Amino acid sequence: MAKSRSELGQIVTGVARDPLGLMGLIIVGTIVFCAIFAYWIVPFDPVGMNIKDRLQGPSWTHLLGTDQLGRDTFSRVIAGGQVALQVALPAVFGAMAIGLTLGMIAGYGPKWLDNLLMLFFDTIRSFPTVMFALAVVALVGPSLQTVVFVVMATSIPTYGRVARTQTLTLRNSEFILAERSMGASMKRILGVHMLPNIVGVLAVLAAMDIPTVIALEAGLSFLGLGVKPPTPSWGALLKDGYSLIRQTPWLVVGGGLPIILATLGFTFLGESLRDVVDPKLRKQR
Amino acid sequence: MLLYAIRRFGLALLILIVAVTVMFLMIRAVPGDPVQIMLGPRATPELQARLTAELALDQPIWKQLLIFYGNLMQGDLGIDVFSGRSVTAIVFEQLPHTLALIFASIIWSALLGIGLGAYAAAHPNTLIDRIAAALSVSFVAAPAFVVALLSLLIFAVNLQWFPAIGAGEGFWGRLDHLVLPAFAIGLSWVGYIARLVRASMLEVMGESHIRTARAFGIHERRVVMVYALRIAILPVVTVIGVGMGFLLSSAVFAEIVFARPGLGKLVIDSITTRNYPIVMGSVLISTGLFVVSTALADLINAWLDPRARTAA
Amino acid sequence: MTDTLLEIDRLSVDYETARGDLKALREISFDVRKGEIVGIVGESGCGKSTLISSILRLTAPNTRFRQGAVRFKGQDLLQLPERKMRDLRGSDISIVFQDPMQTHNPVLSIGQQMLDIQHRSKASKAEKRARAAQMLGAVGIPDPEARLAQFPHEFSGGMRQRIAIAMALMSEPDLLIADEPTTALDATLEVQIIERLQELQQQFDCAILFISHHLGVIAELCDRVVVMYAGAVVESGEVREIFHDPKHPYTRRLIDCDPGHIKERARVLPTIPGEVPDLANLPGGCIFRDRCDQAMPRCAAEVPPLTQLKDGHHAACWLNHKEAAE
Repeated sequence: MAKSRSELGQIVTGVARDPLGLMGLIIVGTIVFCAIFAYWIVPFDPVGMNIKDRLQGPSWTHLLGTDQLGRDTFSRVIAGGQVALQVALPAVFGAMAIGLTLGMIAGYGPKWLDNLLMLFFDTIRSFPTVMFALAVVALVGPSLQTVVFVVMATSIPTYGRVARTQTLTLRNSEFILAERSMGASMKRILGVHMLPNIVGVLAVLAAMDIPTVIALEAGLSFLGLGVKPPTPSWGALLKDGYSLIRQTPWLVVGGGLPIILATLGFTFLGESLRDVVDPKLRKQR
Repeated sequence: MLLYAIRRFGLALLILIVAVTVMFLMIRAVPGDPVQIMLGPRATPELQARLTAELALDQPIWKQLLIFYGNLMQGDLGIDVFSGRSVTAIVFEQLPHTLALIFASIIWSALLGIGLGAYAAAHPNTLIDRIAAALSVSFVAAPAFVVALLSLLIFAVNLQWFPAIGAGEGFWGRLDHLVLPAFAIGLSWVGYIARLVRASMLEVMGESHIRTARAFGIHERRVVMVYALRIAILPVVTVIGVGMGFLLSSAVFAEIVFARPGLGKLVIDSITTRNYPIVMGSVLISTGLFVVSTALADLINAWLDPRARTAA
Repeated sequence: MTDTLLEIDRLSVDYETARGDLKALREISFDVRKGEIVGIVGESGCGKSTLISSILRLTAPNTRFRQGAVRFKGQDLLQLPERKMRDLRGSDISIVFQDPMQTHNPVLSIGQQMLDIQHRSKASKAEKRARAAQMLGAVGIPDPEARLAQFPHEFSGGMRQRIAIAMALMSEPDLLIADEPTTALDATLEVQIIERLQELQQQFDCAILFISHHLGVIAELCDRVVVMYAGAVVESGEVREIFHDPKHPYTRRLIDCDPGHIKERARVLPTIPGEVPDLANLPGGCIFRDRCDQAMPRCAAEVPPLTQLKDGHHAACWLNHKEAAE
């Protein structure tokens, strides 16, 4: 059941055939492209100030105008995408890896360990995400790493629970029972047979989780508790825009639209992936 | 039913105890003087001395935890480092504003979402169905604080239809001030709930018992509104219960954007002024709120669905 | 003809699908007289369910009535406005569905559901409640008053089916449609339900249209029987006639295949070889031809008409025509 290259190709074709999936693919592709090549795309230095040109409206020089320090909003939007992905990708992958490990242990290990881990998951889920984030920020201070940590910690239970359910289902499936009766080692069963089956499902979950993470980073930066200035983050743009909302609408628009676009793109992509990879998941969640 | 309620709240209590312990250990895990960390740099020496005595730092950590719980049981969440007032009192002063906002948001979005979803399911592929589908797709992902900012920009600053900041005075004033923040928080829920209800409604309408109800000549309106909808809204109750955490998070942002009093504004202001007892107290209380609301949602579900009472 | 209650007259029903029209029912004709029990037999997919939903007009949106009529007390139900049709459902015509586990609303109490279906009655709530309890008692549910407050999942399958029967008979209908009411139950429960139905039928004097694929039950319960195959009636007549002198090869095979009927210790349970023809793409001639061991050239050329052989005994097979003897 390992995902071969042709299978991956099938998944991509499947997603591209679905109109919403194609839209998601295009949006996400654009964001990733802009993030990777941000250095070449931006017309101005995203943190370069130019007091003379402050608070301008959109023009051919400044596509989305400038902020109170004369920084080009368009350049900051592009560079902000880089920051968003810098937070989202490691956080989501980290949470996925830890959640997968804990979930498989819970699903395959002894009952008491399963109960303990489930209680742990339920406990973490019982903290409202933003409140938990605020508590951590208050304790250790705001930084990019803090945001990554908070996101990781709060989304581990989601991955863990799904990985556990999948492990439990697979554990009693016929092909695993056959393997066990032939004396396959636990390492082999977990690594060779279960892992590939579970990773596919978690990857779908991850794609749908990325928007939440992007929104959380932007949210914390908006509150001034995320990335430190002058780092260009979409949330930081909104923070500047909020204080200047009566002077210029362009900062709020410039910071808000990419967040909405990114969440839309990843949601479309995730839902389409889910339908292609595992239609059964539709009912869960 | 009673037995189920006791068991469900027992679980909630257990989770709460573990959560509080985790919080306590988290605070202690941060390197440095715990008194400094718990009170923040702005605390007066008297306060620090008092907390040092209260915390019994010379005792083993499990005893400290017990003392912490002891204080918690008495409703003692510590003291505001500036005014010296009890944190519990300050938090409970702000809580009603946040709760009002959350309820307003969820009520309008749930009513509209359930209505849209039920209508869309009863009339698939009509204009309303398409509109509901488009709504759910485009707004489901929009984070509340972005919607809040954009609606502030459009409806308050540009069109000036609604007030931009504050909570308002008197009933109508308060309601007027609730409109935009509740709109911002609820918007993504409308589509989400509509989609959920539409899907489960379509599923329920295909079940045999609906055919039975029709075969007995029960009016179609009653079949849809009572026989089907009552089952179809079950997932909505769960989703709202679990979604209380998201709602609370959205409320924090909406309070900042619209400069409304409430838990969110209290926490953010306290972080800025490094008034840590208030931050921790608010986090604890909102966690408790979340745990209780999830349990409550399960109870409502059990009340609506007799099958759930015997199971689990 | 005054005692005819339900008359299905050359009814043809199609389902519009992506692959073209599915001819679910083709020129079905039979009738049910007052107080009579008529059985309908056939394999799954023979059109039994389409027939029931057509009588009650609870059909899927892609259903098309192509021709014919469903006359109930002389009135064509297919022409009735929806409002009038709804008035008939659950008052003059009632139904007991196949799967008792799915037939009741899971979140409403049995009492609530039994009150709801008395929506036409002007009686007070207490009277309706008493009536519901009385009906539960009549179908043999012990302690009926207390059990009204319970929910479907608190009853066993056999009890749920008896409740379904109680609900169907509550309005004292003229016609009760029973759609394989015992298929989902085990054998001992089946006997109980059948006996109960017989008793109640006499008590309430209603006609029953009893759908089953179990010939033994039909033989036990019914006065007349209609055999359906692939959306058409192939034989109909008195139960005794059909069982002792079947005139259609399909009926004969059905009787041979019925487990209750196998006298010798057969090594293999007999089955009818072959498959039901594709209803979207019907071949010409007799529909049973491919599975029939007595097929003749004529069977491929012409559709055999449903002809009367004796008083009340009809069959659609060329073997019954003079040419076959030659």
